[in-house]
Amino acid sequence: MFSSCADPKSLEGFSWLICYLTSGKHIDFYWSFLTVLILLVVTAPTALAFGFGGAVAARSHFLPLRWFGKIYTAMVRGVPDIVFFLFFVIALDQGIEWMKHQIVCPDWTEPVRQGLEFRVCPQAKVPLGTSPQIWHQLYGFALAVFTFAIVFGAFAANVLYGAMNAVPRAQLETAESYGMSHGQVFRRILVPQMWTYALPGLSNLWMILIKATPLLFLLGVKDIVYWARELGSAKTQAYAYPHPDWRLWYFLFLLVAYLCMTRVSEIVLKKLAARLNHGQATAAGEAMRRAAQ
Amino acid sequence: MTCWETVQAYAFRSLGYGEKMLPRSDFDLCQQFTLIGSGLIWNVYFGVIALAFGFFLATALALAKASHSRWLRKPAEWFIFVFRGSPLFIQFFIAYSALVMLPRGGIDILGIHLNTSWMTSAWAGAAFVLFLNTSAYAAEIFYGALMSVPKGDLEAADAYGLSGWSRFRRIQWPTMLRLAWPAYTNEAIFLFHATTLVFFSGFPAFQQRGDALYYANYFADKTFNPFVPYPIVAFYFILLTFALIGLFGLVNKRLNRHLPSNTRSRIRLRPQLIR
Repeated sequence: MFSSCADPKSLEGFSWLICYLTSGKHIDFYWSFLTVLILLVVTAPTALAFGFGGAVAARSHFLPLRWFGKIYTAMVRGVPDIVFFLFFVIALDQGIEWMKHQIVCPDWTEPVRQGLEFRVCPQAKVPLGTSPQIWHQLYGFALAVFTFAIVFGAFAANVLYGAMNAVPRAQLETAESYGMSHGQVFRRILVPQMWTYALPGLSNLWMILIKATPLLFLLGVKDIVYWARELGSAKTQAYAYPHPDWRLWYFLFLLVAYLCMTRVSEIVLKKLAARLNHGQATAAGEAMRRAAQ
Repeated sequence: MTCWETVQAYAFRSLGYGEKMLPRSDFDLCQQFTLIGSGLIWNVYFGVIALAFGFFLATALALAKASHSRWLRKPAEWFIFVFRGSPLFIQFFIAYSALVMLPRGGIDILGIHLNTSWMTSAWAGAAFVLFLNTSAYAAEIFYGALMSVPKGDLEAADAYGLSGWSRFRRIQWPTMLRLAWPAYTNEAIFLFHATTLVFFSGFPAFQQRGDALYYANYFADKTFNPFVPYPIVAFYFILLTFALIGLFGLVNKRLNRHLPSNTRSRIRLRPQLIR
């Protein structure tokens, strides 16, 4: 990056450190923080949408839909989330390829599962074997985001289902007595009021989501954990910047980064909770009213 | 091999007993159920060790956090913040890379020779991290419960002349446990779920003696078929969750036995405390 860094072996002390921390791989490392942030920004609304759908389905009057919603909300309770992460990534990948295989090569005669192997026709590979590396990475990332959204959507569905039930019954009855239809009651009364009840659970979920982002590494995405391991491992003299095993320091750096993220979120969510509780007929709202008097 | 023979060969494979070689071809359901169940022994071990020791540290931390002395309160608050604010995954990595830095031969302190090599193995290192982690989460739950002990109970204790240890032992602690128990049950369940992370923590599985996910991953890798081993893990964990709810429910019943039946707290499973 700097011209003085052309010959790292001749550098010492502080200037060596500056050059080391701005080497090409380190720049990649800093960019990978963006990967994590993108994951958070994309996953949070998607998971919320999934959760909303799940909660609505669980409240539905139509029996199969209600079962679907109940199963979806129940599935994360008994089973470790990590099992879902491992399962969905492979299952989605194989499912997509299998469907494309059915469409693209209808006259392929060999079975897809040959003993221990999963083999679709070459045209049905996603992405195609010939496509550039960036597509493979993007596809991997998209699968990871979708998996996160499914699992966290189930958590969010739990929270939103509880929040919808927490809205005082009298509010809904009043709306009904004004002659609103089911849809109108849902849109105008239930959904606007449920957020204050959902916020504690959703804040918790956001924290959990932040703390689940290192799992991206397990899904094969080159995220901060990948780079920390890569850069921290011992480098011999063959490398431009030889150093012993520094993984401990890299992981401590990640720890501090995560602590900052959770701390900032905590403060922001506290402010948001104060805003939503303002004027609500709940204990928190009452406490705010007392404090203001 | 009949299924019974498979069970005999692999039931304690994760502890190093029985058949040495893992199956390499012709995988059947029985093998997968047996080996993954065998790996589950480790998950239960991690969970039980961390919970058993963590309970006491959590109580101590909760008391320290509620203490008036800055010197007790601040360290406890920081401990809880660090362990609750960061991913368990990163904590595992840090612990592992810190533990491998210890000298191989051991440390000599005041003429006592401390052997260090065992600390980098999963049964000690990973269990230690889980112990600290669950202590922090449980401490926060206990602290919240300690703060919700009714004021009247404490005033009554004062009136009876109870103070210090006897007040804690007879008044605060039982009520704290009773109030905290539903949340603590959730914490226990999610601690058991978190033990699956040990597989990825960097602590190596010695001679292929791994946990449930280790064997599930082994089968998924060998057969390219995630649809059998992972649901088996899921099945085992659902059983484990039910067992935990049952066990903690018994304790909950005992803690609430003096209350009229309509005011007792029931344990409801809420996904609030995963890491």
